[in-house]
Amino acid sequence: MATDLGAIEAQLNQAFPGAVIDRDGDWLVIEASRLPTVAQYLRDEMGYDWLTHLSASDYPDRFEVVYNLYSSRPDQQGPGIPFKVRVPDKANPHVPSLTSIWKSADFQEREVWDMFGIRFDGHPNLKRILLWEGFAGHPLRKDWHEPYYEQEHKPFPSRWPHAQQPKPRSAEERVRWRANVQYPQGFDPDQWKPVPEIDVLPAAKIDLNGLETDQVYVNIGPQHPSTHGVLRMIVGLNGETVTSIYPVLGHLHRNHEKIGERNLWTGIIPYTDRLDYVCPMYNNFGYVVAVERLMGQEVPERAEYLRVIMGELTRVINHLLAIGFQFNELGAMFTPMIYAFTEREHVLDLFEEASGARMMVNYYRFGGVARDVSDDWLKRCRKVVDRLDRKIDEFDTMLSDNEIFIARARGVGAMSWQEMVNYGVTGPVLRSAGLKYDIRKVEPYSIYDTFDFEVPTFETGDIYDRYRQRMAEARESVKILRQALDRIPARGPIQAGKKPWNPKVPAGELYSRVEHPKGELGFYLVSDGGTNPYRYHVRSPSFVNLGALEAMSVGHLFADAIVILGSIDITLGEVDR
Amino acid sequence: MTQEIQVPEELKGQVFITTLSQIYGWGRRYSLWPMFFGVACCAFEFMAASAARFDVGRFGMDLARASPRQADLIVISGTVTKKMVPKIVMLYNQMAEPKYVISMGACATGGGPFKEGYNVVSGVDQFLPVDIYVPGCPPTPEALLAAYIALHEKIQNESIKKVRWYRREPIPEVPVPLLGGPDLIDPRQIPAIRQAALERPVEATAETSETSA
Repeated sequence: MATDLGAIEAQLNQAFPGAVIDRDGDWLVIEASRLPTVAQYLRDEMGYDWLTHLSASDYPDRFEVVYNLYSSRPDQQGPGIPFKVRVPDKANPHVPSLTSIWKSADFQEREVWDMFGIRFDGHPNLKRILLWEGFAGHPLRKDWHEPYYEQEHKPFPSRWPHAQQPKPRSAEERVRWRANVQYPQGFDPDQWKPVPEIDVLPAAKIDLNGLETDQVYVNIGPQHPSTHGVLRMIVGLNGETVTSIYPVLGHLHRNHEKIGERNLWTGIIPYTDRLDYVCPMYNNFGYVVAVERLMGQEVPERAEYLRVIMGELTRVINHLLAIGFQFNELGAMFTPMIYAFTEREHVLDLFEEASGARMMVNYYRFGGVARDVSDDWLKRCRKVVDRLDRKIDEFDTMLSDNEIFIARARGVGAMSWQEMVNYGVTGPVLRSAGLKYDIRKVEPYSIYDTFDFEVPTFETGDIYDRYRQRMAEARESVKILRQALDRIPARGPIQAGKKPWNPKVPAGELYSRVEHPKGELGFYLVSDGGTNPYRYHVRSPSFVNLGALEAMSVGHLFADAIVILGSIDITLGEVDR
Repeated sequence: MTQEIQVPEELKGQVFITTLSQIYGWGRRYSLWPMFFGVACCAFEFMAASAARFDVGRFGMDLARASPRQADLIVISGTVTKKMVPKIVMLYNQMAEPKYVISMGACATGGGPFKEGYNVVSGVDQFLPVDIYVPGCPPTPEALLAAYIALHEKIQNESIKKVRWYRREPIPEVPVPLLGGPDLIDPRQIPAIRQAALERPVEATAETSETSA
């Protein structure tokens, strides 16, 4: 799985003697003070131009900030360079910021600051991103406890009502305020002044061809029909033209990672459903693939096929829904969206029969899937796939040549793939700009290497190309689905070995990624060998892709900014986690 | 009705006798305008309920309004976080009476699977008066339709004489929770928080050590 780290280490040691101070499993440990120069070298000289993942973890004696570099160069796509920086000073942790080298570091460094309190020197806007300014503490530190804290690890005693006497008290009863809040000792509500959510923006004067006007700021959301959930954007306007966009995130921050660290390894699977709630199957997929890599678990063939079938069905409906919402924002109110929802119902019927739930499927397991499907299910699945194929054509006929759409979408939101790589953008948005990069091809997982499918690309990366990209990818998914349905073994185990209800995962640390319908879905997992993760981080495609929103929108009209947001295709459950 | 009202023979089949309250409720129940507002995952099932297969148009409520001032019904479709709850309360306060709240799904009802999270409010009913709770994670569109029908019945049974929006006294607004401090502050709890600040050594947090495992 790993690149030839030894060669890279040797090359780095030659260029910067002493910069690589250690080797920790598959990770290079780089000296913090030399991080920016080493990173610059990796990007410019070695072609690792793509910082996709940045996060941190908290150990008793240090913090570690971890980075995953990949390359867009055709000869070294595939496994990347994982490296990390150790921060022994826990009281006052500092790490040099990489925002000047990779813009994708911006949001992710802010998240690390928010969650761990690690300061990134040189970051232009190091503010909390998921929580609010003024929040007490940094919640992903191991010594920080939430108000409803009960124990380090599940299962909690209160979840076993018959296991112990006296009966454990409920969370509300244990907390003084009978609600999920806590205040620092001696907190005085009268002396307290709220920290404003954002700074009051200066009313700048703009010179508009001799006309003197004011900069206008328009607030969109968090309750707004076009923000795809509870996203808030502060849009700076010069007339109708966008000059800046500042997304305010965290309105759906559900503490996925803190809960994940309390959870059992298996107990996280249903939580991953709720990350990107448009494609629960694929979130499951990404997570179990990551844990299986850590465990070295094999998966029986029939289960692999079922996984791919479910995953690709998800991809088709995700793309159709994305297109439907896109047209909603363009003013084609509801018709394409309702068409997409109709197709979604057909796929959800299959999911419901296979897993027991329409949306929150909880279907994948380590080493297999939860339940087998009948022959009849496969037959009906084939019918649905044929139907989807027809419907994609129908969408194509209905929408592709629409003049209004073309007039509004061509040339809007365009960005070169080089710039997108710098912003860490992945998935259909990136491919629509011309870079042929699909994790299913460059770093195959599951059985994707046995299927015959293309990675479509387009040229400009504008909204129209993103639309065509999604159409083309949905078609490729149908192709994969057909092959999978043809080749799936008629009988066979769907679970390797016994069903593990509470597996122990060998100690280790890895970053594993899959090609989610929205982009690169990565899981950064640290196991200490126990029944629950020591650190569990989700690198979600929506969150990182959203970082490029401002650069894509500036210079376009206000109404186009909404459409550009829609064309990135975000889900807030995944942005905020 | 204690007194039977007689319809003249020639008008039978052309008029019907009812009470003002009933006709008031009948008219209102079939013209609910829900707010176009999704919070989290449940919003997808909320939208699926509006789409072709489940078709809430049959219930006279297909016209979702994006503005709270035009809406009668707010469906809290997902996890209410501390960062979001001030906005939800503001939206609720902006809605004109009569207004109804459906708490859709486990998260909005009690925190659901995310209850233990530090940024999650354990149920929107800590702040808003909820009319109907819908169980499920997420509830199926059928469950949501059942909730709509239950709400229709509730509206039908409201008496025009007793409804709060025709009373003389103004309806108090829900105090908006305060964000920006160390944690979410419910204005109604400020006296208790003040009290706690005066008590010197007491830990104002959850008693963390005490879980007799």
